[in-house]
Amino acid sequence: MNVPTMAELMAQGKQPEVLFWVGCAGSFDDRAKKITKAFVKILNKAKVDFAVLGAEESCTGDPAKRSGNEFLFQMQAMANIEVLNTYEVKKIITACPHCFNTIKNEYPELGGSYEVMHHTQFLKSLLDDGKLTIEGGSYKGRKITFHDPCYLGRANDVYEAPRELIRKLEVELVEMKRCKINGLCCGAGGAQMFKDAEKGDKEVNILRTEDALSVQPDIIATGCPFCNTMMTDGVKNKQKESSIEVMDIAEMIANAQDL
Amino acid sequence: MQYVPNIIFTLLLALGIGFFAKNLKKIKRNIQLGKAIDRKDRSKERWLNMLKIALGQTKLVRRPVSGILHVVVYLGFIIINIEVLEIVLDGVLGTHRLFSFLGGFYGFLIGSFEILALLVLVAVVLFWTRRNVVKIKRFWQKEMTEWPKKDGNIILYFEIVLMSLFLVMNATDVPFQEMQAGNTISQFLAPLFADFSLETNHVIERTAWWLHIAGILIFLNYLYYSKHLHILLAFPNTYFANLNAKGKFENNATVTKEVQTMMDPNADPYAVSENDGAEPEKFGASDVTDLNWVQLMNAYTCTECGRCSSVCPANETGKELSPRAIMMKTRDRLEEVGNNIDANKGVFKDDGKQLLKDYISPEELWACTSCNACVEECPVNIDPLSIIMDMRQYLVMEQSAAPQELNSMMSNIENNGAPWPYNQMDRLNWKDEA
Ligand code: SF4
Ligand code: SF4
Repeated sequence: MNVPTMAELMAQGKQPEVLFWVGCAGSFDDRAKKITKAFVKILNKAKVDFAVLGAEESCTGDPAKRSGNEFLFQMQAMANIEVLNTYEVKKIITACPHCFNTIKNEYPELGGSYEVMHHTQFLKSLLDDGKLTIEGGSYKGRKITFHDPCYLGRANDVYEAPRELIRKLEVELVEMKRCKINGLCCGAGGAQMFKDAEKGDKEVNILRTEDALSVQPDIIATGCPFCNTMMTDGVKNKQKESSIEVMDIAEMIANAQDL
Repeated sequence: MQYVPNIIFTLLLALGIGFFAKNLKKIKRNIQLGKAIDRKDRSKERWLNMLKIALGQTKLVRRPVSGILHVVVYLGFIIINIEVLEIVLDGVLGTHRLFSFLGGFYGFLIGSFEILALLVLVAVVLFWTRRNVVKIKRFWQKEMTEWPKKDGNIILYFEIVLMSLFLVMNATDVPFQEMQAGNTISQFLAPLFADFSLETNHVIERTAWWLHIAGILIFLNYLYYSKHLHILLAFPNTYFANLNAKGKFENNATVTKEVQTMMDPNADPYAVSENDGAEPEKFGASDVTDLNWVQLMNAYTCTECGRCSSVCPANETGKELSPRAIMMKTRDRLEEVGNNIDANKGVFKDDGKQLLKDYISPEELWACTSCNACVEECPVNIDPLSIIMDMRQYLVMEQSAAPQELNSMMSNIENNGAPWPYNQMDRLNWKDEA
C-alpha cells in the first residue's frame, strides 16, 4: 500500500497537497484500521498527492480535553502543531470527526491554522472535481441509513456531504427518525468511549442501534470510527450481525469500486 | 375625592414596577458574579440570532404542537400589552377607554385582542392538559417536583385568570357593547350579564378592570421567582449566546501560557512567572462564581421546558444527568449565593457549600457524551454542556478526581500519544498489515 510519510517526502524535497491525519483509532483499532486502509485506497485511486505523519502523529488531545484535562490537551495540541507547522501543512483530511473538530476549531488559537476536512467532505470534493467516480456496485438498491456523528453534525454542521456520497452509491437512503440536527449520540463522545457508563437503565449505543434497526436497513453507514464501534457492538447485542453491517462511507465507496 | 382612584392606581403601579426593578437589579448583580467573557463581537450576527430565535421563535416551532401553542400565547402576550398601555393611561389619568377616539380602528384593535385572548385561553388550557392530563414525560421528571411543578401550573392559571378578566371587563362594559365594534368575543359573554342592572354591570366591569391590572403587576413580580423570567431574558440570552461551531470548546488561556513556557527551549525556567505571589488561578468550576456571566444568565433564562433533557442520550437511558437539572441547580445555587451576599452586607460569607457535590454530583457530570443535543435543542440557546465541561475541568485539574478508566486513558496519551497503551512508533503498522 502506498502510504508516504511527511518525513519521507521532505527528504525528497516534496510537499504533498494534503495531510491525511489518521488519528488514534484509525492507527490502532482493528475495525478502524480497515476504514483507514479503504480511504487510502481511494486516495491512491484518485491520485491524491497525500502523506501521513506516521510515528510523528500523536493524539489530538480531544479525549483529554473532554475529560477536563486542559493541560494534557494543550500539551498534545502544541506538540502536534509544532510538527504540522514544521512540515508547513496547509490542508488536513481526517476520517475521525473528533480529530476533525479539534484540529479545525481548537488548534487555531494555539497556533495551528489549517484547512481541515472530514474525509466525507474531501471525497465529495474529489467527486465534484471529477477526480473520483462512485458507482453502486454491490450496494446498488440496498437500504442504507446514516448515523450522524455528533462531532461532524451538530458540532460542525456537516450533514450533507456524507449523504451525497451515499446517494451516489445508488442505494435507498432511509433516515432514522432522529437524524441530522436531531441525531442521537452513539454514546462514545466526551471520552465515554474509554470508560463504563454511569448507572442507568440502558446503554446509549443500544438505544441508538434500536433507532437504526427500526428503519430496517441492510447497512448502517457511519463516518466516525467511534460511532462505528458503538453501532457494531449494538448490532451484535441485538444479534443482527449476520444481516446488518456497520460500514464507514469510505469503505463502501472503496468496496463498490472493488478497490 | 374624585382623584382617589387615580392616586391609588398610580401608587399601585409605582409599587409594582418598583419592586420588580429591585429584583431585576438583584438578578443583574447575581449574573455579574460570573467571570468575564467577551460576547460583544459580531453584533450583526447577534442581533440576527436574537430576532430569529427569541422574537421569531424559530427553535420553538421545531416541535410543532407545543411550538405553535407557544407562539399563540406569546403573540397574545405581546399584542394584548397594547391594551395594557391603555389601561395604565386610563388608570393614571382617570379616563375610560382613552384610545376609543381612534374610532373604527379602535374597534378593530380591541376586536383582535379579544380573539387573541380567546386563542390564548385555548392554548393555555391545552398546555395545562399536556402537563397534567397527558403527563408528557419531560414535565414529570425528577427535577420537576415541588416548586418547579407548581410554578409551571401557576403561570397557566395566571394566564387563564388574566384573559378571562379581560373578556369579562369588556362584556360588562355596557357602552362598549353598545358600540358594536370590537366586541368580537365579549358579545357572546354579555348576555350572561344582561339580567343585571346597569349599576351591577358597572361594578363588575370596574372590579374586573382593577383585578386585571393588579393581576398583571403581580404577574410581573412573580417572574422573578419563576421560570417565567425567560420572557425577558430570552432576548439578551440569545443575543449573547455562543456563535462559534458548537464543537469548539474554550481553550484555557492560563494553561496556554504555561504550556508555551514549558515547550519554549529559550524560556528561562527560573523566570518569575507573572502570577507569583498571587493566588494560583483555579481551573474549571466548582461553584457558580467560577462560571462566566453568560452561563449564569443561562441559568436565569432556563424555562424548565425539558426539551434538552428529552433529547439527552444520558437522560434518555436513565442516567442521573439531566441538562435541565444542571441549569436549575445552577440557578438555585446562584440565588443562594446572592441571598447570602444580601444577608451579609454585600460580602459573601462562606457557607461551606458549593455547586459541585452540594447541587451537582460528579456522577451527573461524567455521564455527558458532549453530544451537543441539549444545546441544539434549547429554544433560547442555553448551553448546559459548557457548565458540565467546566466542572469536569475542576474535578480533573484541581482534584484529580476523574474515573479510574479515564485516568488510564490520559496517562496513555501522556506516555504513548494515544488513549490506548500502544507504542507511538507503531502508528503506521496498519500500512503493512493484510
Ligand atoms: S451534551 Fe451532555 S448533557 Fe447535553 S444532551 Fe449531550 S449528553 Fe446530555
Ligand atoms: S436549558 Fe433550554 S431546553 Fe433545557 S429546560 Fe432550560 S430552556 Fe428548556
